[in-house]
Amino acid sequence: MKSYFSTLFTGAWSLILGLKVTIKALFSPIVTCQYPREKMEVTPNYRGHIDLVKFADTGAHKCISCGSCMRDCPSDCIVVEGEKREGVKGKVLTIFTLDFTKCSLCGACVEVCPTKALDYCNDYELAGFTREEFYFDLLKRVEERE
Amino acid sequence: MAMDVEILEDPKHHRYVLNMGPQHPSTHGVLRVLLELEGEYAMELLPVLGYGHRCHEKIAEHKPVKSFMPNTARMDYLGALIYNHGYAQLLERAAGIEVPERVEYIRVITSELNRIQSHLLWYGAYLLDLGAFTPIMYAFDDREHILDILEDVTGSRLTYCYFRVGGVSKDIDDKFVTSTRAFVKRLRSRFPMYEDLVNGNVILQNRLNDVGELTPHTCARYGITGPLLRGTGVAYDMRRAEPYSIYSQFDFEIPTGTKGDCMASFMVRFHELEQSLRIIEQALDGLPEGPIMTPKVPKKLKIPAGDYNSSVEAPRGELSYYLVSDGSDVPYRLKVRTPSYSNLSVVPEMCQGMLLSDVVSAMGALDLVIPEIDR
Amino acid sequence: MEIFYSLLPELIRIVIAAICGAVIVFGNALVMGYAERKLAGHIMFRPGPMEVGPHGIYQLVIDGLKLMGKQLVIPKNADTPLFMLAPLIAFAPVFVPLLVIPFSDKIQGFDLDVGLLLILAFASINVLAILIGGWSSNNKYSLFGAIRSVAQNVAYEIPMLISLLAIIFMTNTFSLKEIAAAQSPVWFVVIQPLAFLIYIVAMVAETNRAPFDLPEAESELTAGFHTEYSGMSFSLFVLGEYANMFIVCSVATVFFLGGDSGIPLPYFEYTGIIWFLLKVYLLMFFLIWIRWTYPRTRFDQLMNFCWKYLIPFSLVNLLITVVMVKLL
Repeated sequence: MKSYFSTLFTGAWSLILGLKVTIKALFSPIVTCQYPREKMEVTPNYRGHIDLVKFADTGAHKCISCGSCMRDCPSDCIVVEGEKREGVKGKVLTIFTLDFTKCSLCGACVEVCPTKALDYCNDYELAGFTREEFYFDLLKRVEERE
Repeated sequence: MAMDVEILEDPKHHRYVLNMGPQHPSTHGVLRVLLELEGEYAMELLPVLGYGHRCHEKIAEHKPVKSFMPNTARMDYLGALIYNHGYAQLLERAAGIEVPERVEYIRVITSELNRIQSHLLWYGAYLLDLGAFTPIMYAFDDREHILDILEDVTGSRLTYCYFRVGGVSKDIDDKFVTSTRAFVKRLRSRFPMYEDLVNGNVILQNRLNDVGELTPHTCARYGITGPLLRGTGVAYDMRRAEPYSIYSQFDFEIPTGTKGDCMASFMVRFHELEQSLRIIEQALDGLPEGPIMTPKVPKKLKIPAGDYNSSVEAPRGELSYYLVSDGSDVPYRLKVRTPSYSNLSVVPEMCQGMLLSDVVSAMGALDLVIPEIDR
Repeated sequence: MEIFYSLLPELIRIVIAAICGAVIVFGNALVMGYAERKLAGHIMFRPGPMEVGPHGIYQLVIDGLKLMGKQLVIPKNADTPLFMLAPLIAFAPVFVPLLVIPFSDKIQGFDLDVGLLLILAFASINVLAILIGGWSSNNKYSLFGAIRSVAQNVAYEIPMLISLLAIIFMTNTFSLKEIAAAQSPVWFVVIQPLAFLIYIVAMVAETNRAPFDLPEAESELTAGFHTEYSGMSFSLFVLGEYANMFIVCSVATVFFLGGDSGIPLPYFEYTGIIWFLLKVYLLMFFLIWIRWTYPRTRFDQLMNFCWKYLIPFSLVNLLITVVMVKLL
């Protein structure tokens, strides 16, 4: 009989405590960010898909088309091709594509690059209707960037 | 799958089969459970797996060992860093690589943050299973701070690939230390709120007490580890039972329960948050300077022939990697022992004769991550 | 012809009351739908609907339009006539109780002698709708929701009735207007606090709201009895639920919170309705508040709570009331 009433009262008290928490929350400021209207600052360390770096001193990328990233990629999503050209030392990069549908953003390519020609970009708003939209031509991207 | 239904359907006993999942709000992913019900009591249960199988272990047999690191994060998306940790440790043990002390500290801090993140998500999602909508938002509010902290150092928010063989990919800075300390303080101050809103709530107590009771013996038979086992009173935690990394240097307790029911594992998980905070604080205090990468890691990592094992404490229990090498840089076989798979296997026995609502709360207490089961 | 002229005022009254009823049902659903989502949002540290109109106030209008435009999907092997009938049964009866609710001493459809009985009778039709809806859906989850709902509603009608009966004994009438008028010095919540608490709990269970929302229980039964309903047939269930909330809260106001009594405001003759609606919506706010605070109870515990606590307590309360009424 005693436990009959004590469970009732402890139970009711626990319910009142819960109500206290939510009513306090009701009058607290909101913490969410209204995404398309306002955007949060993305940390510069965010690892988006890779991009070729455009170096300020030369105004060009530094890829020597050695293919290390292509070999080291666990998902085989990078294709690099270069060709010998007359009058230029080393190879000239002709193709550098990334199949982002396969990429797992592990960063192996960035770390293996001997010339530090690769870096992560900061794009996080990626959405598309077809797969082809995510086959990035990084060479074109680096040339288009100012 | 029509076969299973036929086997389970028994016209004599007026039983019928309820198909729960693969799209059901409380199976959290693509788990499917066939329930044979009598009234609202589940008499037989049959988990059906395989909807999210991606052949991770087979993939490992076809790649250089280092390339498997991103895959480990995909097995358990909530404990990605801990899965990274186990795998990096496996290769370091196999190849005999020494890890700098700073790396160990960084690994412990980020792993524990990851564990808190996983527990917070479970906390919210479990309450959602029990019909309370608000706690998941409060838990996500806290969890978001961890994700921000980890994003700043690892670069991603969920499937981290941060640990490398012999080190980590990026050093932590003062900003990380201050924001982690701020988070530790914040989460501590939120515990009383969680206590009031959730843990003490009489409805929750009634829902969880005496539901899904396990004994240490049952746990041993099914290979159940993690908070479920600790809920039965066995203080078995890989961080203590087989101290890896630098866990032996820290002062922390292993929370245990007594009854082994859902409430016990619920409280074990909740108290583990505090213990993880303690580890983080101690690790931040003792954080040494030094390199973040062993210089001698060869590009093509050849594993000497033999068997290797590495076990770590994942948020859901004991995680083991077992590697058989034939001397090349591609493993002959890699076996991953994931805790959720063993934990799920107890469901048919644990949930027998339960009400449908209790099946939901018992399965929620297992904290199943389906990609970890179907890996 | 003379009969017609003598009946004309009554007919006009009925038409006006029906229109007012419709306005109340739809207006209440709009207000409550918006309030529920806004309050839920702010309880969870988020703003709730924000996109349509300033602070999202047109959100419910847009949602209504969307629901009207949606296809009504009838599941294979469902009992089509019953399946279509169930939402109507849930929705149609809510107009009748609104007729007898005294919004103020001057604003009331009819003052029936058996006002309370009418309300209780029509409010319990809702159970039938849920049962038919769950049964005809040809879905095991829906069936579970329906069965749970019947057991729950039958059980919780008893304490609800008994707690109200205590008031009936004190006032000696079933007419809501007279009951409201009977508490002019002190509200009955002061004299009968236990009956009030029991009524509140039973009211939450009767309207199938959290933490007693077992018929819907989306984490167990996906959406319970309305799993298979879409579009307008789904929204009729929702309209019915909100209207039922309004009715039970009105009954609570009439029986315990003094009906329309309150400080008269200057320059407005019908002050009572303002006080009445204020009290009703305060109770509704309470319903929303607890919904977003508690986990869901388990079915057997729900029934235990009713049979072990609510019914004995309400019986004891009734007994004490009867003795006191007799003595005083």
